[in-house]
Amino acid sequence: MKPLPNFNFSKDENGAVIAVKGKLDAKGASRLMKAVTPKIFCNSPNLVLDLENVSYLDTAGASFICHLERFCMSRGVKNISIVNIKHEYSNLVNLVRDIREKDFSDQIPLKLSFVETKGKRFSDALYETKEFISYTGEITWALIQSFLHPKKIRWTDTFLVAERAGVDALPIVALISFIVGLVMAFQAAIPMKMFGAELYVADLIGIAMVRELGPLMTAIVLAGRSSSAFAAEIGTMRINEEIDALTVMGLDPVKFLIVPRIIASTVITPLLTIFANLMGMLGGAIVITSMGYPIISYYNEIVSFVAWNDFAGGLIKCFVFGILIAATGCIRGYQTNSGPSAVGESTTRAVVTAIILIALFDGIFSIIYYCLGI
Amino acid sequence: MKQNQAAIKVENLFAGYNNIPVIENINFEVLKGEIFVIIGGSGCGKSTLLKHMIGLLPPISGNIIILGENLSRSDRKEKKSILQKIGVAFQSGALFGSMTVMENIMLPLKEFTSLPYPVLEDIAFLKLQLVGLEKNAFLMPDELSGGMKKRAALARAMALDPSIIFLDEPSAGLDPVTSAGLDHLVTDLSSSLGITFVIVTHELASINAISDRIIMLEKDAKGIIAAGTPEQLKNDQTNPDAYNFFNRTIKKGEK
Repeated sequence: MKPLPNFNFSKDENGAVIAVKGKLDAKGASRLMKAVTPKIFCNSPNLVLDLENVSYLDTAGASFICHLERFCMSRGVKNISIVNIKHEYSNLVNLVRDIREKDFSDQIPLKLSFVETKGKRFSDALYETKEFISYTGEITWALIQSFLHPKKIRWTDTFLVAERAGVDALPIVALISFIVGLVMAFQAAIPMKMFGAELYVADLIGIAMVRELGPLMTAIVLAGRSSSAFAAEIGTMRINEEIDALTVMGLDPVKFLIVPRIIASTVITPLLTIFANLMGMLGGAIVITSMGYPIISYYNEIVSFVAWNDFAGGLIKCFVFGILIAATGCIRGYQTNSGPSAVGESTTRAVVTAIILIALFDGIFSIIYYCLGI
Repeated sequence: MKQNQAAIKVENLFAGYNNIPVIENINFEVLKGEIFVIIGGSGCGKSTLLKHMIGLLPPISGNIIILGENLSRSDRKEKKSILQKIGVAFQSGALFGSMTVMENIMLPLKEFTSLPYPVLEDIAFLKLQLVGLEKNAFLMPDELSGGMKKRAALARAMALDPSIIFLDEPSAGLDPVTSAGLDHLVTDLSSSLGITFVIVTHELASINAISDRIIMLEKDAKGIIAAGTPEQLKNDQTNPDAYNFFNRTIKKGEK
């Protein structure tokens, strides 16, 4: 083990001498830096740095020597001489000195002002929106062409995506919808019991699940599960140049990758929603039956209260949500830049954008249904 | 197999990103059957030029004419037809990770031909045999070494029997023996099948071993600073950048 560095400070009429000994690596240099700098206030015009007993010196040690030289100059020392330095160490010190003398100012990135930063962000956001709209147009065109030529759709991929995004999502959709139905029924049953109207909880559960919560909960689960998966898959393909490979083969990546995902998502979202509706109502049924009502009363109440147009309204929303979930995931994946965090950023943006769009379109549908009297 | 007809013509090309040119006003021709190498230091625009030549990026201005058809002025349908006449092997291989090596090679055949499956399989096996990967046909890309990935990418690039193959840094990250094997493969394919190769690289050994003609790009010049055969550039002391590159020397004033 090399010895820890130390120094000896002496002063005579010719000037000061700092004799360093030991290992001058990053750890040693930082330790020495703290100890030596207070000694520089010596008002001596000459300083000798004696490195005879330095047993090891690396780039950190060489940088320390150069820093010490500059520090001494700034404290009024006129002449600094380094003595007894070994040849190989001397080369290293000279190398560090040369780097210091070079001007790297043109390589330092310009620091943007607050206004410039905000302006750049705004301009980037505008560009991104333009890109998003352009991809939306491209996808719409590809979908229209695919429906005109259904044989050209990659059905194998479509079924595979439908299985992964749909069938595999059944347990999580079931669990969440069941719990939502159960909790909602409990919360509603308590105040309604005061009026002896517990059975009307069935109406609440039925209408809420079919019109709003079923489609919304399913869409949010799929946004978190499938939209992020699509963004990650396509983003990784983008980084691995697989999308470029498709393009130069003359294959349209939108038709090849995005169309099957959108078709699969559009088909499975309504199916999952029907399942979610049933599970939510099952949750409500458990509460109602636990209050002593027969299950047939619960069923009759729902059937008499929930109309077919409520059910259809919910399903129409799901088709749109399905398109939004897949398109957002695919577009965000397609926009992936290079870099280690790029895919992570794309998946996050896919989920956030999908959820915002789902909420926005849910609001739009509510207004439309209100105007239509549905 | 080298002929005097041009396979690719690049005319007054300004290429770059977001309308900021990396390369300005370059002109050159690649002859049919030759192995044409694009060299230059890092950041000089080699890959940018390649991306323009394979239609991944639109030129700021100028023309790229491939086998008599103008790629830069083509609509979607024409571009698709031009792209089917070329093959590209990317630096990373860019094999589709969800498909086996065999499926990767069969993909363009399936998409652009209506041949029955056994015929497609035969073609794919033949291409794999050409690159020496016939025993690895059913492996996933993850199971291949770096050199094998590049050879598989070359096999996929050859799937539709293109007249021109573009290779982006084929030797990058490979050991000298694997790299020499790949060079040998390229020269074999060029001489036996008459394929025109356009290769972007800065591997000196590969350049010396395979190239018929070279252009050298330079970052500050934003264009071609030297063109010729490897022998011409190696011995041309009037062109210090090319001379230094080929003789592995450094510029005056640089350490």
